[in-house]
Amino acid sequence: MYLIKKKRVLHQTIFLMDVVAPRVARYCEPGQFIIVRIDEEGERIPLTICDYDREEGTVTIVVQTIGASTTKMMDLEEGDYFHDFVGPLGQPSELVTDDLEEVKKKNILFVAGGLGAAPVYPQVKWLHEHGINADVIVGAKNKELIILEEEMRAVAGNLYITTDDGSYVRKGLVTEVISDLVEKEGKKYDLCVSIGPMIMMKFCVLTTKKYDIPTIVSMNPVMVDGTGMCGGCRLTVGDEVKFACIDGPEFDGFKVNFDEAMERARLYRTEEGRAMLALKEGDTHHGGCGHCDGGNK
Amino acid sequence: MAAPGFERVPISEQEPLVRAKNFEEVCLGYTEEEAVLEASRCLNCKNPRCVQGCPVNIDIPAFITAIKESRFKDAYDKLSESSALPAVCGRVCPQETQCEQLCIRGIKGDAVAIGKLERYAADRAREEGIKPTLDVAPNGHKIAVIGSGPAGITCAGDLARLGYDVTIFEALHEAGGVLTYGIPEFRLPKEKVVAKEIENVMALGVKIETNVVIGKSVTIDELMSEEGFEAVFIGSGAGLPMFMKIPGENAKGVFSANEYLTRSNLMKAFKEDSPTPIYKPAKVAVVGGGNVAMDAARTALRLGAEVTIVYRRSEAELPARVEEVHHAKEEGIKFELLTNPVEILEDDEHFVRAMKCIRMELGEPDASGRRRPVPIEGSEFELETDAVIMALGTSPNPLISSTTEGLEINKWKCIVANEETGATTKEGVFAGGDAVTGAATVILAMGAGKAAAKGIDEYIKSKG
Repeated sequence: MYLIKKKRVLHQTIFLMDVVAPRVARYCEPGQFIIVRIDEEGERIPLTICDYDREEGTVTIVVQTIGASTTKMMDLEEGDYFHDFVGPLGQPSELVTDDLEEVKKKNILFVAGGLGAAPVYPQVKWLHEHGINADVIVGAKNKELIILEEEMRAVAGNLYITTDDGSYVRKGLVTEVISDLVEKEGKKYDLCVSIGPMIMMKFCVLTTKKYDIPTIVSMNPVMVDGTGMCGGCRLTVGDEVKFACIDGPEFDGFKVNFDEAMERARLYRTEEGRAMLALKEGDTHHGGCGHCDGGNK
Repeated sequence: MAAPGFERVPISEQEPLVRAKNFEEVCLGYTEEEAVLEASRCLNCKNPRCVQGCPVNIDIPAFITAIKESRFKDAYDKLSESSALPAVCGRVCPQETQCEQLCIRGIKGDAVAIGKLERYAADRAREEGIKPTLDVAPNGHKIAVIGSGPAGITCAGDLARLGYDVTIFEALHEAGGVLTYGIPEFRLPKEKVVAKEIENVMALGVKIETNVVIGKSVTIDELMSEEGFEAVFIGSGAGLPMFMKIPGENAKGVFSANEYLTRSNLMKAFKEDSPTPIYKPAKVAVVGGGNVAMDAARTALRLGAEVTIVYRRSEAELPARVEEVHHAKEEGIKFELLTNPVEILEDDEHFVRAMKCIRMELGEPDASGRRRPVPIEGSEFELETDAVIMALGTSPNPLISSTTEGLEINKWKCIVANEETGATTKEGVFAGGDAVTGAATVILAMGAGKAAAKGIDEYIKSKG
């Protein structure tokens, strides 16, 4: 059993939890994910790690209610327990494992869409702690869905916020911000890390390709075990089939077949469920749960 | 009931057309009377050949004699001396190619139904609440066992009986390995049989920590240097599914048998109220001819599909147990033998709509000694289906070998281990089961777990 030490509601549908999981906290790195199960009957829900505290032995996750399980999860309070919490799974971000001196030479841009701000945060924070200030674009549907703004501001170089409806800072898509930064402000980036709904990552990659900025994306397809056993999370990357759970979740965005990945993510979704989700959640969910659309319409 | 003779006492099963619609166990097991009668067919050979055929060397004539004499607890105790999982083995062992194949009775007539009798003795003990007993003082040596499948459970059980302080590390949220995620309920009931036999091993003092992925959550080197384990047994299985690498394999509706069975067995997706989804189309094609293919096909059938098994060789080469093939056929599963998929065809929405296959014929024997299937030119045809389940085998997960220094693997990524002792190329680290052999059977994994327990005991003693 894994204690929920802290819970913070970030939006009526989004919440953050610090979970006591010393084995995970000791080894996890930015870019990796965990799998959580609420109770004995629960499904296995993969979630990207948002933060961790090695001394406290806690791992932070950020969740959006997109189905029965995540709604049930939101009902849990501080002091309650998860039945299962396993990880760290997947590979750490290359920024963390690459030679630090090489990473320091790069101008890095992060692009976070909706809940994607959660997995982007630990990477930006890690870079900040290692003397690297990266620019960060955070986009969401509206002001209320911009999460972790203060935390991000504290560790980012420049923080650019944009909302689809213009309810906060600027109006427009994250891709428009990328274009503005490169074309109008003359910014030069050597690397982009884009995390968010698949459709956002797809268009982000189309944009960065135009400017020749290598781009890493974090994929979260349907999966069961998260250790390479089921193969449900397979993706086409270049001309190879990769398992997101053991080879990823981060991949070269220029090589990922997003259309196929988006199709595969839709397998278990009914028309009815999809309509309900579009109505309720919009396009902010980071996907991966197997039921939701991850914001891909 | 007739006097015992050349034929074995028949065992009752659920009617094929009834069981094809439920997940209850197919085989209902012997009654006491039937078991005693079948046991009386055993000739109690002085030099029992059956024992040689058993990977864990159960004293078969002794436990059968106990059944014959209605000493059922003795029968169970005899089984427990050699096996931690008798109720499991009585159900899923390929007895027909092991103990029963060597039975003298089999020369003229049917071999004694050793597996079914093992099942009877184990089931009866469980129903009567009889548990294996432990009469040994703890020796204080800490051993880690990685994986709670048949190899790990057996190794842990045997080490506990020798007084070791054993902790099992399991990556999933539930113990049992393939017994839990792979073999379906209708062949191996989870709560009634698997969980109970694992509980029995835990009752010997074995501890288990679930949700620990060795190589991710902690490494073997750390278990030994920081957590005080003096030896480690790796029984992590062969977890990675193989695919065919044919066009269309990433279409919606193509699954590995691992995924399909894990959803149904571990996550209980076969139950209506399970929060884990499973795909339930009208037509399912299963590619492969092993036990896993039969399990996937029979699961799909029970979830309401019309099921076809596609296998590239002929019936004689089907690697599945004869009993499983027989059951599958009885339940109405179709077989397209000497047939191989070449492409999976998608509809406009990228769902599977058909599988393009080619007919095969058998040519010269290949490395495995089986005749190599060769495509018949121009024989392609489309098999209409809504889903394809690939049951082509699995390979070991490199997670452990890639994070453990000095652990040698072979070209199939299997861990190199001594067959007699389980010793690997790294001191204090032993391995067995599918992680060493590649995908094989429950009982072979148990045999390897047993050998390694002995190997570990000798290793610890040699260190003084």
